[in-house]
Amino acid sequence: MHIPDGFINGPTSAGFGIAAAGGLGAAIKQTGKYLNERQVPLAGLVAAFVFAAQMVNFPVTAGVSGHLLGGVLAAILVGPWAGFVVLSVVLIVQGFLFADGGLSALGLNVINMALIGAVGGYAIYRLILRLLPADRRGVTVAAGIAAGTSVPLAAMGFVLEYALGGTASVSVGTVFTAMLSTHILIGIGEGLITALVIGTVVNSRADLVYGAPQFAGERTEALR
Amino acid sequence: MRDTKRIFLIGLLVTLTVAVIVAQFASSSPDGLEHVADQQGFAANATDHGLSRSPLADYGDNLTGNSGVNTAVAGGAGVLITLALGYGVFWLATRRSDGTPPESA
Repeated sequence: MHIPDGFINGPTSAGFGIAAAGGLGAAIKQTGKYLNERQVPLAGLVAAFVFAAQMVNFPVTAGVSGHLLGGVLAAILVGPWAGFVVLSVVLIVQGFLFADGGLSALGLNVINMALIGAVGGYAIYRLILRLLPADRRGVTVAAGIAAGTSVPLAAMGFVLEYALGGTASVSVGTVFTAMLSTHILIGIGEGLITALVIGTVVNSRADLVYGAPQFAGERTEALR
Repeated sequence: MRDTKRIFLIGLLVTLTVAVIVAQFASSSPDGLEHVADQQGFAANATDHGLSRSPLADYGDNLTGNSGVNTAVAGGAGVLITLALGYGVFWLATRRSDGTPPESA
């Protein structure tokens, strides 16, 4: 999913770079409105966990792998805007220290994984949650479905960027079909991993889950 | 407070386990985008990453001759660096412009 340098032309990459920088600034500001000081270490930990999980490529079909994006996972744990910040931090570390994701493509990758993956994915999570019971199972199932959907959506972000500034001569329609079919499969893995992690947290410390405010009061006594 | 510290330490242990140990078993097949680029013949459009010679580039591929050690070192370092950067950014986010933290929720 990490776009390298060279796939998308300079002007398009620069435009998305500016949009991503603006988005990150706004996301940091929004995060400051609801995140409190005591949550800072756990929010940092969510970023570290997404980095770690992204290292673990799982096979999807012969010769193709995928890895967790973690946008919906992060957004449900710490909120959509902090989720945007989490994915941006991970992409910055990967791009600058691990040569994973082109530096000129950083804005493209932030838009696809932080904006579409985390913020967009969280919106889907909220929609699905309305159709399900507001219990722990409902939260877990909604998390899995939203996460699974967010991967092909993020892949569509690439298709849009390719349509605007792709450097290859392959038609947009061909890239669309290939990206969609491959990422639907990767999305299944994303959904399963996200449901596993969110299910575990919501069953042990649901009060820590931003996306499940109905459980917020449960541990207040134990905390004091 | 002690409780939050405990949750943090458990989470960090799980995270390090994923990056240092589970990552050893990661598939080395191309990921979705790499696969599409290969299949459609535009993989060669990718240009060299400007920092491809940095020590942690490609998750430590060039560190030592032992790929298990490389992954473990890169994973451990990456987790701690991401944690530090994330902590710093979120710490700044919770500061108000006048330097006071927002009221806790």
